[in-house]
Amino acid sequence: MEVRGAQSSKSWPLVDRIALWACWAAGMLLLAAAAAIVIYMGIRGIQYLRPEQIFSSPQADLDQSKSGGFLDPLIGTFILTVLGTLLAAPLGVAIAVWLVEYGRPFGLARLVESGVEVVAGTPSIVLAIFGLILFSNGAFKILSFQAEGGSVFGRSFLVAGVMMSLIALPLVVGGTREALQAIPRHVREASYALGKTRGATIRRVLLPAARPGIATGTALGMGRIAGDTAVVVILLGATQQLSSFDGAPWPFSTLRGTGSTLTSYVFNNSPAGEGNAPDKAYAAAFVLLGIVVFLNFAVDTIVRRRGAPAWSE
Amino acid sequence: MERVTPPPIRRIVLDREPTVAPPRPVPAPAPAAPASAAGANGAAAHAAGATALRGRFRPSAGPKVERMRIEQLSVFYDGKPAVREVSLPVRKGEVLALIGPSGCGKTTLLRSLNRLVELTPSASRTGRILLDDQDLDAIEVTDLRRRVSMVFQQPNPFPMSVFDNVAYALREQGRGRPSRGELAPAVTDALQRAGLHDEVAADLSHPALRLSGGQQQRLCIARSLAVRPEVLLLDEPCSALDPISTETIEKLIVRLREEVAVVIVTHNLQQAHRVADHVAFMYLGELVEYGPAEQLFYSARERRTQEYVSGAFG
Amino acid sequence: MTTEVARGEARFSGLARALREPWPDRRTERVLAGVSSLVLVTIAGMVLFVFVKAWPSFSHNGLSWFGSGGNVDQQLGDIFNSPANPDHYVYKLRAWPLLYGTFITTAGAVILGTVISVLSAIFLVEFAPRRVRAVMGPVVRLLAAVPSVIYGLIGILVIVPFVGNHLISSGRKESVINVVQLTGASLIVAVLILTVMITPIMVAIVSDALRSVPRGWTEGAAALGANRWRIMWTVSVRAVRPAIVAAAVLATARALGEAIMLSMVSGSVGFAPNPVDGITFFFEPTRPLAATIVDNADGLSVEPFGQTLYAFAALLLLSAMALSLAGWAAKQPLKRYGIGV
Repeated sequence: MEVRGAQSSKSWPLVDRIALWACWAAGMLLLAAAAAIVIYMGIRGIQYLRPEQIFSSPQADLDQSKSGGFLDPLIGTFILTVLGTLLAAPLGVAIAVWLVEYGRPFGLARLVESGVEVVAGTPSIVLAIFGLILFSNGAFKILSFQAEGGSVFGRSFLVAGVMMSLIALPLVVGGTREALQAIPRHVREASYALGKTRGATIRRVLLPAARPGIATGTALGMGRIAGDTAVVVILLGATQQLSSFDGAPWPFSTLRGTGSTLTSYVFNNSPAGEGNAPDKAYAAAFVLLGIVVFLNFAVDTIVRRRGAPAWSE
Repeated sequence: MERVTPPPIRRIVLDREPTVAPPRPVPAPAPAAPASAAGANGAAAHAAGATALRGRFRPSAGPKVERMRIEQLSVFYDGKPAVREVSLPVRKGEVLALIGPSGCGKTTLLRSLNRLVELTPSASRTGRILLDDQDLDAIEVTDLRRRVSMVFQQPNPFPMSVFDNVAYALREQGRGRPSRGELAPAVTDALQRAGLHDEVAADLSHPALRLSGGQQQRLCIARSLAVRPEVLLLDEPCSALDPISTETIEKLIVRLREEVAVVIVTHNLQQAHRVADHVAFMYLGELVEYGPAEQLFYSARERRTQEYVSGAFG
Repeated sequence: MTTEVARGEARFSGLARALREPWPDRRTERVLAGVSSLVLVTIAGMVLFVFVKAWPSFSHNGLSWFGSGGNVDQQLGDIFNSPANPDHYVYKLRAWPLLYGTFITTAGAVILGTVISVLSAIFLVEFAPRRVRAVMGPVVRLLAAVPSVIYGLIGILVIVPFVGNHLISSGRKESVINVVQLTGASLIVAVLILTVMITPIMVAIVSDALRSVPRGWTEGAAALGANRWRIMWTVSVRAVRPAIVAAAVLATARALGEAIMLSMVSGSVGFAPNPVDGITFFFEPTRPLAATIVDNADGLSVEPFGQTLYAFAALLLLSAMALSLAGWAAKQPLKRYGIGV
């Protein structure tokens, strides 16, 4: 008689069995919440999303439910995500490399480490406020535009992009650090033994090996940028359509101008915002959810399929 | 059959007692039937011959009650056999040592005795194990593990105080929460039987992780003894310890065999020689030979056994 | 002319060459250290700028800024409408209802979330069948990834109407009509959705820590006859208590800073729900600090209203910093014991 090990809980005391059911309940609760969100958004999205919405700009119209799509917000999300990532990725990798490979003096390293955690924990609304204060300063008028009367507007894609990079930064740092720390010591030692400087080792050996981790961290950061609303609401000027700044060449005209993103579009079209068009909000939210889910999951599957480098221990 | 004389086994002298003289070969004993039939008389005869060899450790004179019986046990990991059709008895009043080179299945066999092998998802087994004539699978597993208790190779006291460690099994039996006062006598008793009481009695709330290695291992033994098991399983209990602690624990094991049946897995032949009454030699999952210690060490019937105990392979 | 251009070109290509050659290690180290210190500069700048801008609101109110007295929404309106002359700016504010709303929303979500997270983590690590376990990992990550505006959207379009129409009887609405309007946008909706938002963070940290508990302890407990729940509860959970604390601290920081979702579902009234009201307490609206900032965001460039909002932001910044540092400090000893966090 072949026996496979299995413990049934029938013989447990009642207290333990109640606890077991509580654990099951908690797990099922999370599963149900996720399923509810995905299924509900899916139903509403299919119900309200029309393909022409992706390709047409928002239009003010008396009949809100028939007017325009969300092309401009979609472009806005794209611009912000790219901008934020372009700033966050090199910075994040540099910080992570310094923390893992150098890290001297120790006091400074711990300060920087805790600093990254503080940035990670800062609410995005506070970052947005900070950005507003900072970039309303006359010194930064190149980043947005100066209204009549001399006050700097302080809101534009560039401004929002800079603050968004702070949001993505801790995620890039985390992903890169994990990847670098997973590389065993003997790989570095082999490179040094061949006479390479530490910088060359980092550039030629370690960073390429850490690429999957860096990609994951960057994708997570992009996901967070795409999903953030507070920075957009405060720093992007809340114009439905992309409103360029006329005094500069492209692309600076758009970047120094204002606009909106999918997140602020959803927010504004919900009952909490001005326009009260829930169906537009659902449609845009559906697309937004798809983008965020893609950024969070697809990169990981691609990375996993390629396989992380396997070092023999 | 050529008799191979094992090299003299040297004991480490720790406390000025005279060293044991190198063993002299014992004349071939009467053909030993499997020990379950030997009974008390055979044991006494072996005892007489063994006394001179084993110095301090005298075999117990009481009757040997059979506690567990392993019948044709095979254990597979993912279909690959780790233990092949082993049959052994385990008796109270004696120490059974499982010896053999690494990977021969002795630890797997030991872990089957308290169904700990089920914690590995890929494990499956065939055959029967009986505890007091009850099939192991019929006994509720948490109850079984209190009757057949195990001490591990690496001392693993919980991150709690000494008292809480020893009282752990008593508390987690699920029958209400006994108060500290109710548990104290049982805890003290277990610590005394494990020979640790004098060292820790001053402060039972001392964190267990701050004890020395040997003390931690004795604490684990006390923890296992607290529930008054019928069988005590020891998985290389001294391999992580220094020689002084090793000697203390070996003396403890010999003392404990009066109360519980002891099964010890060891890769240290000298330790098996010092401590065991019966020895089972396993190789690549098979039980090669089983018999009284003197027979296995000095007049083994199987050639592989002779080669192993004389150090031809390890 | 040509020589100048040539010399300029030579210098440029020299620079380019210098960048391409391997840098000496000390230069690399210094550059990277400098870049890393930018993080600290940014944080210092953030604290400095926000507090400097917020100071007038604090200085004009003193400690009673934190106290209660009067309708906070009315006070905000007065500040917004203050005359243009800087000497006549109105600063009076008693922010207690907002602080109280922030406190109970955050505390409720964190307490509820910690319980659910620990139980879910235990489920994930120990009791879930293999197929369920494979699904739960992505599920937790999905919940963490959903943008807060979508949580808010579902909240305001589905849950709030449900609560308002079906769970709050008209009798209940009548009973408090003089003080506040019960529309369904309420404390309980805010706490429930916020709990779902912060649970994934905690589940990830706690389940990671549970998986890292040394096998010696779990096997030892199993060998002593403890059943699977007892092993988990008395040994593993006890061993990872620091991880649970760290997770709760980080979740508190996240809950404090949640602005968008809360501004959509918690009711846009600066009202302090009254526990004396019994069950109605849960249905009363409130508006935590972060949500207040979002709701009034268009007034940010208007002094002194903007300064009042900056004061809110300063409080949020301070508490978030304190919590992040506490969470980071709580995680450090875990690394020493090898419990991966």
